Amino acid sequence: MAQKRRDFIKISSLSAAGLIFGSQYLRSSVPDFKKKGLGDLGPMSLQRTPTYCEICFWKCAGWVHKNEDGSIKKVVGNDDDTNCNGRLCPRGTGGVGMYYDQDRLKTPLIRVTGADGKQTFREASWDEALDVVAEKMQLIKEKHGAECTALFTHGSGGHYFGNLLKAFGSGNIAAPSYAQCRGPREVAFIATFGAGLDSPEPTDIRDTRCLVLIGSHLGENMHNGQVQEMSDAIDKGAAIITVDPRFSTVASKSKFWLPIKPATDIALLLAWIHEIIYNEWYDKKYVEKHTSGFEQLKEHVKNYTPEWAFGITTIAPDVIRETAREMRDASPAVIIHPGRHVTWYGDDTQRLRAVAILNALLGSWGRRGGFFIPEKLEVPEFPHPPFPKPTKTWRDAMGGKYFLADLALASGVCDATIPSPDLDCSIKAWIVNGTNLIMTLPDQKKTIEAIKNLELLVVVDTMPMEITGFADVVLPECTYLERWDDIRVVHGRNPDIALRMPATEPLYDTKPAYWIAKKLAEKMGLGDYFKWENFEDVLEWQLQQIGSSLEEMKRIGVKNYPRESGPLYFEEDMPVEFGTDSGKIELYSTIIAAEGFDAMPVYTPHMEPPSGFYHLNYGRAPMHTFGRTANNPNLTDLMDENTVWVNPKVAKEWGLKNEQPVYLENQDGVVSDFTIKVRITERIRFDSVYMVHGFGHNNEKLTRSHGRGASDSQLITRVLIDPIMGGTGMRGNFVTFRFEKESEAKS
Amino acid sequence: MRYAMAIDTKKCVGCADCVVACQTENNVPIGYCRDWIVEVTDGTYPQLEIELRSERCNHCDNSPCVRCCPTGASHYEKGGIVVVTHHKCIGCGACIASCPYDARYSHPDGYVDKCTFCIHRIEKGEKPACVAVCPTKCMYFGDLEDPNSEVSIVLKKRKHKTLIPEAGTKPQVYYLI
Repeated sequence: MAQKRRDFIKISSLSAAGLIFGSQYLRSSVPDFKKKGLGDLGPMSLQRTPTYCEICFWKCAGWVHKNEDGSIKKVVGNDDDTNCNGRLCPRGTGGVGMYYDQDRLKTPLIRVTGADGKQTFREASWDEALDVVAEKMQLIKEKHGAECTALFTHGSGGHYFGNLLKAFGSGNIAAPSYAQCRGPREVAFIATFGAGLDSPEPTDIRDTRCLVLIGSHLGENMHNGQVQEMSDAIDKGAAIITVDPRFSTVASKSKFWLPIKPATDIALLLAWIHEIIYNEWYDKKYVEKHTSGFEQLKEHVKNYTPEWAFGITTIAPDVIRETAREMRDASPAVIIHPGRHVTWYGDDTQRLRAVAILNALLGSWGRRGGFFIPEKLEVPEFPHPPFPKPTKTWRDAMGGKYFLADLALASGVCDATIPSPDLDCSIKAWIVNGTNLIMTLPDQKKTIEAIKNLELLVVVDTMPMEITGFADVVLPECTYLERWDDIRVVHGRNPDIALRMPATEPLYDTKPAYWIAKKLAEKMGLGDYFKWENFEDVLEWQLQQIGSSLEEMKRIGVKNYPRESGPLYFEEDMPVEFGTDSGKIELYSTIIAAEGFDAMPVYTPHMEPPSGFYHLNYGRAPMHTFGRTANNPNLTDLMDENTVWVNPKVAKEWGLKNEQPVYLENQDGVVSDFTIKVRITERIRFDSVYMVHGFGHNNEKLTRSHGRGASDSQLITRVLIDPIMGGTGMRGNFVTFRFEKESEAKS
Repeated sequence: MRYAMAIDTKKCVGCADCVVACQTENNVPIGYCRDWIVEVTDGTYPQLEIELRSERCNHCDNSPCVRCCPTGASHYEKGGIVVVTHHKCIGCGACIASCPYDARYSHPDGYVDKCTFCIHRIEKGEKPACVAVCPTKCMYFGDLEDPNSEVSIVLKKRKHKTLIPEAGTKPQVYYLI
């Protein structure tokens, strides 16, 4: 296999069908009421089909409405859905743009090398493309073993491709939503309460009296149910405390905004813990009954006074005291929110441990207005033969580290693909579904190095994301509006399920992930694992097991079930057994100590930006999900590029003007591919800049997003690994402004 | 009957869901909108305030757009809703110039378009699409002459303002502050 292979290829097959379709779209945007007058403004058709959204991980259930000609008109929320209560967020409402995007992948593509050595993609039939994948997978199995294959996934397809890989004999199934996102908080909460948070988080925001957000910009991250509940909480007069170097939207709705110096959150948390313990503001009964390690914790935080924290965080001692008192006053109806994307500085598990401890001291876990006890319906898996046990996994390449990671590390699988003299790094094939690893994983150079060591890269996606340019085979998936999928099961106050069914036939030559996985399985001799004719049969069988039917679900979309696991909150005198080793809430973590790490969180100073550089902080915009929506016509209409937020003092120093396009250069000399416009605003500290993640796409085939704004992912080259669970901290990067691209040539 | 809308600036997060919901509900072409978000930041770091507002046609009681329309395309409907009959509109743009809120735009098909309070939905007893979709539930809609409508109730309870009252147009979109 040629090693110099795999140049980045721009997807080069815009089919004629796409062009025709585009003009149809323009036509359909002409309102019919022009001809008919005002009386007929109403919907053209009463048809509606159930779905749940795939634009983000919240998976809100809704209805797809169609025009008279059968084209998709709009998607609206399902009133019975506990994730969205009938209200989709802007991304869900604009989800229709994913279907209408004329830049979609339209046909299977196979990488070919011409006589001149130039690599291109050739359009292929499904049969041909799947044959190539199946044959290469078999070859890799014979040469290296099935364990040398891996799946990266985000979204609904993960289940089918995961089963395919498990059937094949590999356990390397990773989602960047763990090690690049919420992993540290899962480990921290498991270590403390014996239970992770999962998704959606069981935060009882609607009934809280005090919501503490640390670097979490709820409202800009459009976690639908939580945003709705935050609004309810505001109505009921709850106090919000926002800790953020940036005056976020929610900071503007907060009673307290603590514009903390970046990377010092643990010091603030320790000072809060100190105040709450030494003022005896903790929930004594709860702490005595449910926790272990209190005395050790008390001793541990003895010196972490607000005055000590002031010198580190720049938050005044009286503000630290006042906010601690605010939490005490609300206790136990207080939530120190764990956040979601928490891989920041490499000591993230410890920071989230401090968050968990603070919640425990205030008695909010299992209490109204704190964290409720979630319940989830178990839907049985469609019968298939048992999976073979893989002889090794990505963990074998980690040198004995990250035992506490409870899910696979996407970054770990990537590392295990790069040959190493001392570790067993031997992954040779990746299947990548619904995640653009080039922008998802930090340190792009490393990701590309890993890709260069692959013998097979298969990308299954709806859009020509950057990762597709590195693929050997590109398999175009149809969008969620055009397919069946697994039953969505919610983990929440009450269990409910939702159905996704196709609202229309797939556009172009695209296929659902379940179909792709099944066909691949059949070609790989694993057909027994997908022993069904139509996916509807799987759904019908599963729904029958839980007292429903496909007919019913098509009609109602969402089915609510009663709780069966007991009360939503701990009840007085109810015995509670926590899933920790001690059966208690562990303020002193025995499992973290057993792995050789600090049993209680400590503050360690992080690197500060060199002169002329600024902390690179990044976040979300409510109308986009990562980079995956950056080309959606409806959503780019709301926001089509990111800006770099700069404090006026910094702007003055650099002579920056509003809207001025600048390049950003990071501490390692990496310059952004594209310019980003300056937004001069008082809403950010002078030591930081801020940008929304997911822009600056460099694949020209993404016509609406190519070159629009800059990519933070590209500038995240210093990765701070969490030694406890392998999370990739991404907030240790600093940037400066460049007005020309000369430094790129220099480096 | 007097339809009105109240929007709670304390709850709005400026997510623009109202904008995209309006676009898909009313077939507003991409690149145009009938409603939009305004963010006003006041103060200097770290003493700051933000007001977020979803804005649209104010369906004024004293609408300059209706008065200046040469063809009668812009007119009042039941409940004071200001609408444009597209086939009567000649696209002259007088109404666009007369609106102090810049709430109207020229549709590529040659007529002027703007918010209708989703009159087609109201007639069926539904709420306007923006109100129905808003994840923060920051928008209230109803009949001001009905003291029990949610808009009447919330306006009684909360401090509020209208935009550019000095223009004298008697706007009927209220902002809770």
